[in-house]
Amino acid sequence: MSSSDVTRSGLRGVRPEREAVTGVYAGRPGRAPGDQPAVDTGVGTSYYGLPILNQVTWETRDIGGYLYLGGLAGASSVLAAGAELTGRPALARATKVTALGAVGVSLVALVHDLGRPARFLHMLRVLKPSSPMSVGTWLLSAYGPVAGVAAATDVIRVLPRTGRTATLAAAVLGPAVASYTAVLISDTAVPAWHDAYREMPFLFVGSGATAAAGLGMLAAPVDEAGPARRTALLGAVLEVGAGWLLQRRLGMVAEPYEQGRSGRLVRAGEVGTAVGALTAQALGVAGGRRARLASALCGAGLMASSALTRFGVFLAGKASAADPRYTVEPQRRRLAERS
Amino acid sequence: MKLQVHSWPDSYGDRAKPRMGFFTDTSICIGCKACEVACKEWNHVPMANEGFTGHSFDNSVHLGADRWRHVAFVEQQVPAGVQDGASLVQAAEREAAIDAGVQTYQEGDGLRWLMASDVCKHCTDAACLEVCPTGALFRTEYGTVVVQSDICNGCGYCVSACPFGVLEKREEDGRAWKCTLCYDRLSVGAEPACAKACPTDSIQFGPLDELRARADERLASMHAAGVSDARLYGRDPDDGVGGDGAFFLLLDEPEVYGLPPDPVDTTRDLPSMWRHAAVAAATLLAGIAATYAGRGGERR
Repeated sequence: MSSSDVTRSGLRGVRPEREAVTGVYAGRPGRAPGDQPAVDTGVGTSYYGLPILNQVTWETRDIGGYLYLGGLAGASSVLAAGAELTGRPALARATKVTALGAVGVSLVALVHDLGRPARFLHMLRVLKPSSPMSVGTWLLSAYGPVAGVAAATDVIRVLPRTGRTATLAAAVLGPAVASYTAVLISDTAVPAWHDAYREMPFLFVGSGATAAAGLGMLAAPVDEAGPARRTALLGAVLEVGAGWLLQRRLGMVAEPYEQGRSGRLVRAGEVGTAVGALTAQALGVAGGRRARLASALCGAGLMASSALTRFGVFLAGKASAADPRYTVEPQRRRLAERS
Repeated sequence: MKLQVHSWPDSYGDRAKPRMGFFTDTSICIGCKACEVACKEWNHVPMANEGFTGHSFDNSVHLGADRWRHVAFVEQQVPAGVQDGASLVQAAEREAAIDAGVQTYQEGDGLRWLMASDVCKHCTDAACLEVCPTGALFRTEYGTVVVQSDICNGCGYCVSACPFGVLEKREEDGRAWKCTLCYDRLSVGAEPACAKACPTDSIQFGPLDELRARADERLASMHAAGVSDARLYGRDPDDGVGGDGAFFLLLDEPEVYGLPPDPVDTTRDLPSMWRHAAVAAATLLAGIAATYAGRGGERR
């Protein structure tokens, strides 16, 4: 600024520049009552009610679908190992082939979701334990080929010992594939995902178990599908139980799991899983001529319920990122508790 | 235990530079948007046409791939003269100061203008950098956080990880973009384009230690002048993100400006997340194994 003058008594008219103090015109006449400014005042939970977070870029079909397929593949590999070790060839083959198919489609979805799909190999430049996506990429790089060998040796009926080893290896890696995706979405600033990080892995392995159990009931004969029916119960208990705990613990941040489109999907998934798992137990006792068809239908229902849960959880995260209340209110409460 | 890959400044050894940052003093921002324009021109940031929003003079809305500086405009109706609890004597003194030529951007009839130039915070504990699976995001020798556009494959993880909503994927390009604190200009000793262009020194650039000291002085003088609403945001090295490399002096609650009131680096909980996932995985393995053992190997 050059508006100041140098005088004998020093500088005159110096502007304060960045030392300027914001002030108030005390005593000036106020606005007449009711004479409101014509613009939105921007006061509220957020700046013009806009979200604080930038929206999740992951496509619902690609990544929501991957959460489902990853769980299906991982839990199927565990079922497959059990089926192989206990002499249930049809169940073993169906679960191995499904695991391979699901992980294959997963890889396509993951690459498709990248902004630069041609650069997907950049994922393998580094291994970062601080990045669940990096860990997951390496995990899938190990799990994919193993699941492939397990399925191929079974279908072509070659190299039984190699196949057995691969089947067991896939069963060890499978649970990691099914559970790490919970860390993947929880390790974000998305309120409904981050705050749920304690329950999410249990919800996800439960949902994975439900899907794999449904697949086993759909694809294997009734007399081989006993473990699948029991796995359905295991999955339902984990999935519905973890979901219930999550919704209780999260308070207002759990709203997207209860309301709106995401809430409806989560609720439908819970009900479907519970009904399917209980029906499966009844089928195990009943038997009879129509048992095979009933088993297949129940299995398909379980798989669909698991998918509803996954998409519900995925969309709940997006809904919580889109509404600034879920970002601001818990943080405000945290600040208030601290002071 | 914290899961972190960066170890600035150790990883740079002798080549580490003092940590550089911004102190954005919003109390002297005049809303000219020179920072937005200078940033776009210097960094070749494409046009982002949000149309006419009706949000005061703000038509660029939010930080994102194509907005690395964003000037917020808040219009508030506040009771004239008493919004910070000033006594009549204090108010009269303040009016005298205003008459003496102290600048103010406040209108007289109780309509208060808040303008603030937002930018990437260059967090001490930067979640975006931690979750990046390719290593595209890295910490420079100046302690700033930069995306390498030749490495980024557009996975979008940093977008979801940022607690401030800074990073965004550029649709037509597929990669994530954000403020680089003009890494190229820093390397030749120039200050970032936005700070260079700022006509009121609302955006101040320099070594973070100096900026923090300057901000503390400024806050004290504001409080002494009776502006009790003034507060520093992102100044505290003990906050949820370990302090911001780019911090602010605000005149109202952070959320009024579109900033989260208590942001936390999401990776702080990551070790616990991995432990929960490990227990869940073991539960799945043991649980399914039990479904086979349950009836003594009997079929069905």
